[in-house]
Amino acid sequence: MAERTQKQKPAPSRTDEAVEAAPAVAGSGDKLKAELDDLLDEIDEVLETNAEDFVKSYVQKGGQ
Amino acid sequence: MRGVAIPKVCGIETEYGILVRGPVSDGIANPVTASSMLINAYLAAQRRIDWDFVHERPGSDARGFSVDDLLAPEVETQLVNAVLTNGARYYVDHAHPEISTPECLTAFDALVFDRAAEEIVQASMAAAARLLPEGAEILCHKNNSDGKGNSYGCHENYLVAREVPFPRIVAQITPHFVTRQVVVGAGKVGCELPGSSASDVPFQLSQRADFFEEEVGLETTLKRPIVNTRDEPHCDASKYRRLHVIVGDANMSETATLVKVGATALVLAMIEDDVLGDDLALANPVAAIRQVSHDPTLRRTILLRNGSRLTALQVQWRLFERAKAYAGSHGLEPVGEATGTQVLALWEQLLTGLERDPNSVAHQVDWVAKRRLVEGFAERHGAHPGDARLKALDLQYHDLRPGKCLARRVGLDVLVNPDDVRRATTEPPTTTRAYFRGRCLAKWPNDIVAANWDSMVFDVGRDPLRRVPMVEPLRGTAAAVASLIDQSDTPAELLARLGA
Repeated sequence: MAERTQKQKPAPSRTDEAVEAAPAVAGSGDKLKAELDDLLDEIDEVLETNAEDFVKSYVQKGGQ
Repeated sequence: MRGVAIPKVCGIETEYGILVRGPVSDGIANPVTASSMLINAYLAAQRRIDWDFVHERPGSDARGFSVDDLLAPEVETQLVNAVLTNGARYYVDHAHPEISTPECLTAFDALVFDRAAEEIVQASMAAAARLLPEGAEILCHKNNSDGKGNSYGCHENYLVAREVPFPRIVAQITPHFVTRQVVVGAGKVGCELPGSSASDVPFQLSQRADFFEEEVGLETTLKRPIVNTRDEPHCDASKYRRLHVIVGDANMSETATLVKVGATALVLAMIEDDVLGDDLALANPVAAIRQVSHDPTLRRTILLRNGSRLTALQVQWRLFERAKAYAGSHGLEPVGEATGTQVLALWEQLLTGLERDPNSVAHQVDWVAKRRLVEGFAERHGAHPGDARLKALDLQYHDLRPGKCLARRVGLDVLVNPDDVRRATTEPPTTTRAYFRGRCLAKWPNDIVAANWDSMVFDVGRDPLRRVPMVEPLRGTAAAVASLIDQSDTPAELLARLGA
């Protein structure tokens, strides 16, 4: 029972955060990279299809 | 010790980038016409809702336009300028749609209404799309430059006590304006300084830094100054000044908007209480603002007037430490206790993260979030500086189309309850005079002839028109006038109750 409880996301409290912070650093690089990969997959889908034309057509009047 | 600093009533005004695509006439493709159409489409959609509720005098509108005007070819001659029921102003300025949030008592409220402004622009894009030919659309971007040397602003406004000598404000706020971009810059692919290319500056912290050429001055469109001297308080000029800040970027990150306004409000409160001092004065602010923006390593130092050198982060740390000490000695009343406490905590967290590893604050800092995308994309696709796809990513970070906005996909922290944002698109803040403006406009849209920042003009059905001055930004709050408005069926009743 104790093991199962530990696997659950701990309720946010000052103590839990402090305990989590140390081991998180080692894995955070991989996690961030995986997140970024997912994000870049998404972006390949939503990025303007003809980026060059889009950028060229993006002309604004100067403002304040 | 209670200081002399006054409540930092504040607001944000944003000029949005606008682009028309698809099969439309040249008239509509003109950004001034498109901006007018965008705003009118929103107002017409809102008004239809009003009619459903009110069922009275649907043919006339206090805001002075009719549905027939929506596609008029000569809209340029009658630029739209509307006041919304949330107390904001929505208008066409310099070929851009612009929203000025209502006056807010805290930076957190300013954040809520800045997010509400985004939603208003999104609703406007949807409303305009229904009027345009199939396949045509109006796109709006919450950014500050087109990448081709044309910039448009995101301005902040802060209430400052008139008695504070303006030269003190200029001298002491400038180091903050030059260095705060490390925390709240929105990031930009490339450089728009004449003679610079994307290979010289592939990525910089700020959208705006390339466009500042003076330390102080009145201009906003040419030779832009780091400190703007416009003196138009829109309130009692004998007591107040409105510091008009033109140096900032429009932020997509809620954390960045909150810290941008909150930290600046704190620095201004310290200046009012004269506890900040001149020792952070910079030797050459204009060169420094560009140098800081062009250095994402955050390692280069800038020269201070006293001959020492500090990084922008170090300047920000010193300002933060002083703000923290100020909170201890003077309290946080001028910026709001809760907001001030939150801003100090976030400011410290961002500085700590930026110093250790900028990527650790990618969920809070716009330039870091954007750079991470740009660098990840460049690596995956072998794109080099100058590749149009990298600039497209930059632009699309700020694209307000819900399905296209990259900023809304990168996992930025959300600080505001979405329900509060939605409510703020139609309801005013309760703790400034904007409450009076917004509630009256919502309740009596057909009886208000004009609404300005510092007055409202009512048509009470007999001559003359009645003008209600609102020169005190902290009068007309819900606590003061809500029950009077609730009890009044007509503006005449309200004015009688107000003793006007």
